[in-house]
Amino acid sequence: MEIIISNSSGVPIYEQIKEQIKTKILNGELQSGECLPSIRSLAKDLKCSVITTKNAYEELQKEGYVTTIPAKGFYVAHISQELLREEQLQKIENLLVTSILLAKANKISKKKLLEIIEILYEEDE
Amino acid sequence: MEAILEVKNLSKKYENFTLNNISFSLPQGMIMGFIGENGSGKTTTIKAILNLIHKSSGEIEILGQSQDTHFDTVQKEIGVVLDDMFFPEILSAKEIDLIMKDTYETWDSTYFYKLLKEFSISPMQQIKTLSKGMRKKLEIITALAHHPKLLICDEPTNGLDPIARDEILRLFQEFIEDGTHSIFLSSHITSDLEHIADYITFIHQGQILLSKTRDEIMDKFAIAKCSENTWKQINQKDYLSYKKEKYFYEVLVEDKKAFQKKYNCEVLDTITLDELMLLMIKGDDLKC
Repeated sequence: MEIIISNSSGVPIYEQIKEQIKTKILNGELQSGECLPSIRSLAKDLKCSVITTKNAYEELQKEGYVTTIPAKGFYVAHISQELLREEQLQKIENLLVTSILLAKANKISKKKLLEIIEILYEEDE
Repeated sequence: MEAILEVKNLSKKYENFTLNNISFSLPQGMIMGFIGENGSGKTTTIKAILNLIHKSSGEIEILGQSQDTHFDTVQKEIGVVLDDMFFPEILSAKEIDLIMKDTYETWDSTYFYKLLKEFSISPMQQIKTLSKGMRKKLEIITALAHHPKLLICDEPTNGLDPIARDEILRLFQEFIEDGTHSIFLSSHITSDLEHIADYITFIHQGQILLSKTRDEIMDKFAIAKCSENTWKQINQKDYLSYKKEKYFYEVLVEDKKAFQKKYNCEVLDTITLDELMLLMIKGDDLKC
């Protein structure tokens, strides 16, 4: 497994760890049931603080990507289709927000925007 | 989480310096970085923890035991690296091993020699012929070889090159990896601490200015750099300290996101511990 941390990107390190593990779970590089490195060994190998890796794992757990077995460690959770879909919808929403903001800034109407989506959607099929 | 080192309202009065009512707590399995300028009280605090000086008032608990009544028992569980105190220079690592065997019941010669090998220190070489980096590594190895639960270091990376520092930090992280060992270290090489420390405690003129997790500081604090116009709009409650530079204002902010939402500031930079120290010490108005 590879995790690449930037110390100058301004993105909190725990967030970088979280996002990268999440991506690996979503794209299948990490399979459900797979054991993740311990909080402490990960901190050592990434040269970061223990609390940082702990935060990353706790967030992943909160979002349902990993589960913990007390005294054993963290494992990749079984990802439900629902969660996957939710995640993808969230991404789409975020991308659309950018488009909508751009449209509003340029006084492009909702109708026009929907038209564009309609055309692009059909085109691709 | 259980505290391995707890300092409560510690004071030490000297004629021209006072350590004033300081408190902090280091949980088990964690590294705390103790930062502050020269003369701020770092070494005094460490000496008080180690019972090398008598405190004027306050309480210190080590591994859950009061230092006043149980120092003899907890002493064995502490490893110490001080800035300027080590064995006579004519000794070699081999001789240190012989001395320490008689000092600590739990001294582990095998582990000591293993670490010597790992750091390429010859057991036969006299301390005086070792480079500064090698000497420091030997000090740290010596402090670790009786398997202490708590390692206390005063400026362990002072004057070392980046490669030696990296090796020492790695050794520290290995030491705490199993979760039962903890480290309290003072340093003014703050970049070392920015990465591996779990907690940062900042002392200034004998007082604790802040003691927080590394993430709380590095992820949330920020430096806003702004024009005079923007500066005038900023509410006093929303910054910790500021400094007026010739062409702009530097403002120390505790909550980057909230600040960003509220003010349209020209630049909002993530912070380094050096900048944090500078702004808190040299700022025109410090409020904490």
